[in-house]
Amino acid sequence: MRLAPKPVQTFRDDFTYCNSKEAIARFPFPFPEDEYRYSVNIEPHQPKDGPGSVFEYFYDIDEHYLSEMAERAMVMEERPSSCLMLPHMDLACWDLIDVTMHSLVSDYPDYFSLEKQGDQWTWHNHLLKQKDQFTFGDSSTLPEPPLAYMGKQVQGDFALMDQRENNLFMDAGLITCPADWSLAFDVGMSFAQWHGPVPFVHSEGIIDRALKFLMSIPQKQPTRRLNWTLTINPRMDTSPETYPNWGSDRTTITPENIGEKVYLRVELQVFDRMPRSNALMMNIRTYLISMEDLVTNPEWAQRIHRTMRSLPPEIVDYKGLTRFHPMLVEWLSQFDQ
Amino acid sequence: MSNFTIPVRVSEIKDVAPAIREFTLVADNGEDLLAFSAGSHVVVTMKGEGVVMRNAYSLVSDPNDVSGYKISVRLQEESRGGSVFMHTKVKEGDVLSIAPPSNLFAPYWGAKKHILIAGGVGVTPFMSYIPQLLQSEETVEMHYMFHSSKTGAYVGELAKQLGSQLFCYDSDKGRRADLSDILSNQPVGTHVYICGPQSLIDGVLDTADGLGWPKNAIHFEAFKAPEPGKPFDIELSKSGVKLHVKADSSILETLEAAEVPIESSCRGGVCGRCFVSVLDGDIEHRDEFLSADEKASKKCIMPCVSRATGPSLVLDL
Repeated sequence: MRLAPKPVQTFRDDFTYCNSKEAIARFPFPFPEDEYRYSVNIEPHQPKDGPGSVFEYFYDIDEHYLSEMAERAMVMEERPSSCLMLPHMDLACWDLIDVTMHSLVSDYPDYFSLEKQGDQWTWHNHLLKQKDQFTFGDSSTLPEPPLAYMGKQVQGDFALMDQRENNLFMDAGLITCPADWSLAFDVGMSFAQWHGPVPFVHSEGIIDRALKFLMSIPQKQPTRRLNWTLTINPRMDTSPETYPNWGSDRTTITPENIGEKVYLRVELQVFDRMPRSNALMMNIRTYLISMEDLVTNPEWAQRIHRTMRSLPPEIVDYKGLTRFHPMLVEWLSQFDQ
Repeated sequence: MSNFTIPVRVSEIKDVAPAIREFTLVADNGEDLLAFSAGSHVVVTMKGEGVVMRNAYSLVSDPNDVSGYKISVRLQEESRGGSVFMHTKVKEGDVLSIAPPSNLFAPYWGAKKHILIAGGVGVTPFMSYIPQLLQSEETVEMHYMFHSSKTGAYVGELAKQLGSQLFCYDSDKGRRADLSDILSNQPVGTHVYICGPQSLIDGVLDTADGLGWPKNAIHFEAFKAPEPGKPFDIELSKSGVKLHVKADSSILETLEAAEVPIESSCRGGVCGRCFVSVLDGDIEHRDEFLSADEKASKKCIMPCVSRATGPSLVLDL
């Protein structure tokens, strides 16, 4: 069974965000083996793990939908640079509207509906109680710029990469829940440039192979991968711009509160080729689960202990875990006896 | 994973030049086809007698029109049979299967001016460029070389769209293009696109280089059909299956004929989709995708165009 959106919870201040039992059971646990190995772990974005799984549909709309949409609206208000588009990306944004609306109405007919008469489209979002009429392709007929308009109705951040000169460029994006990276800093950068800070991948040719693979993704053959880090508190907006709000949270971790305060943050990254613009779309769907909730699954508890224990120091530093990593490994060891 | 395909019906066939035939393809289920970008191609699967052929053809229709796709096929008597099949076997009403449009030759939207250089059937990718470039109010100039006894499709249509910005050179009437003239005195920020025989591509590259053009301002459609070579054997390490690659087949075609699951897209050594790891054997690399280091490593191959130099290859499949 698929989880219906529940009333709005918060990802800041009083942090009322929590996962239901069912949401814990469907959490996309990202570690396939005990020993940590950096891998690109790409697979076709096809349905997996049956009804209700996070991999059932193209976009996963889950119990946190209303909470995440409320959080996104707040971030966009506070930080307009969370949504940027270079001028040549207008067509790519309309591609995104086309692909997204068709996928949502086909996967979630109770939540969304679309009527089309030529280029006159009527969109109904029943979850947000929103109805709009617009002319497809004409940005002046939308209440907001196309990327902001669509992004405020789908969970997960969006990056739209222009493909040219044998490279991908981060030329548009709506990024309100970044794992410590800034769209305002990265916008316009090439693939290798925005991956500059990532350890290992440059010398081992991983970046080149990943770039070539992404550039070869054709229409209708989307691809996914999981990425992960750890976040203190269920905070969605861990952007460099708001670092003063969350950086010091890392100093508050104690053996007593670690299970409750440290969250595994998993990104389900989906890549899809846009039809008219040939841009590559990336949806970065973020899932958060507390260590406390995670260890209710004994297999995950044992696995995450072993994975955390084997993390190379470069990865610990890069992911910003240095301050509490030893304490976490120690705390997790009680589940791996 | 198998490749996603779309069944299409041939709704109209017409000759657009003595040796070029245009096919209009509509979705067999009557729905709209997928939108596409300027410069896209589709791979058409052709089921001949005892043999399945797959060729990539540029879409020659307006990218805004999703009611049907058009492709244009030049009859190549010397070829491996795909174009002969399209010209002699395919009739209106037939159903073919295509892969969704894919693009390895997109316009550079940051250019200040676009110069399109087409040779013969190389006009095809530009047929989808021009509506999109004109719609975006870009500055376009086209130079089109052909033999009117064989090629020269769409001259009238192009003249209507481009007016005085179309320059035609019909070799059969003794008209030849002066590449140096075309490439001289162009404004900074101009990009050049070439589609045609290798001699034309090389000619433009040499001339542009001599005139000091930046390399990244020259774009060409590099992919082509696999060339035949010597026959050899392949062994698939995971299944232990052994297959024979004939002189006029590619490894990719051999794998597909044996129903070994493998992804592919351009089938011309450019897109990288069919990458396979090699465990043993010497490789003759013919692709544009792998880097020089990767080629030298002898550990991978693009099976759509590359072959063995020796009697056999062991593939990690």
